[in-house]
Amino acid sequence: MTASVIKLATTASDHHIARMAAFALGLSVLEAAIPSPLPGVKPGLANIVTLIVLARYGWRTAVWVSLLRVFAGGLIMGNFLSPGFFLGLSGAVLSLGILGACQHLPSNWFGPVTHSILAAFAHMTGQLLLVYFWLIPHTGLAYLLPVFALAALVFGTTNGLIAAHFIESPQIQKGRLLENN
Amino acid sequence: MQYIKSGDWLVILAGCLFTVWLAGAVWFNGSADKVIIRSGGKIFRELSLSRNLEIEVPGPLGLTVISIQNHQARITSDPSPRQYCVRQGWLKRSGEASICLPNQVSLELTGGGKHYDSLSY
Repeated sequence: MTASVIKLATTASDHHIARMAAFALGLSVLEAAIPSPLPGVKPGLANIVTLIVLARYGWRTAVWVSLLRVFAGGLIMGNFLSPGFFLGLSGAVLSLGILGACQHLPSNWFGPVTHSILAAFAHMTGQLLLVYFWLIPHTGLAYLLPVFALAALVFGTTNGLIAAHFIESPQIQKGRLLENN
Repeated sequence: MQYIKSGDWLVILAGCLFTVWLAGAVWFNGSADKVIIRSGGKIFRELSLSRNLEIEVPGPLGLTVISIQNHQARITSDPSPRQYCVRQGWLKRSGEASICLPNQVSLELTGGGKHYDSLSY
């Protein structure tokens, strides 16, 4: 009796997306080790990968990478289908939506920093809406809004700068960092 | 710095302004001016925060004592077994509330950011 092998036909672009999602995944695992002062406030380092992918390969690929990261991250961190997972998912969906809209901004005026800040605010909004309508339907939540907004601004700017650095670095321009190894 | 384009500066500035505005709106807005006391889900009394007084509210377990002082309000004593509402201490801000579930009494501060002075049906 031979063991049955299921083989899915994959294309080179599937591998490429998986590799970039794995990069993002590595960053989110790394980030899970950083203590956070308030649940929901974290740097969101994985979004750097999303921003680079967005700049280089477009919005569709960025959606794949980001959502794969959220789902696989849930499985790795053991919080798949838990409230924390859904918070991440709602944040990711909303920020991907904003990033899609950002594509239409004139690119010689607005760069990755803008994308990152807007996406960070969208991420916070998505999370907070879910928290309010699902977990804590109390207006006292509003009291924390400025803290979340400040975190979005600071981390959004930082991530945007890091992403801009990589996007403009010659290594990435040649497509080496994300494509091979 | 060469990574920040001119539009990016605008977005950063807008983000700062938004955050500051949010903090102003949420943290430094409207101290409460009214107290709503509910008993068994119905409004038992609505009082102004500006007069110091003590009031007794009857519930299924006994009397809950609420005091108002210096624009603050608290539940001073309550027959509930765990005393959560008493331990919550003084309430100052609009929207703050303390609830004695066993005795079905609640205290809520309103005013400041409220949209209507009064509504009647």
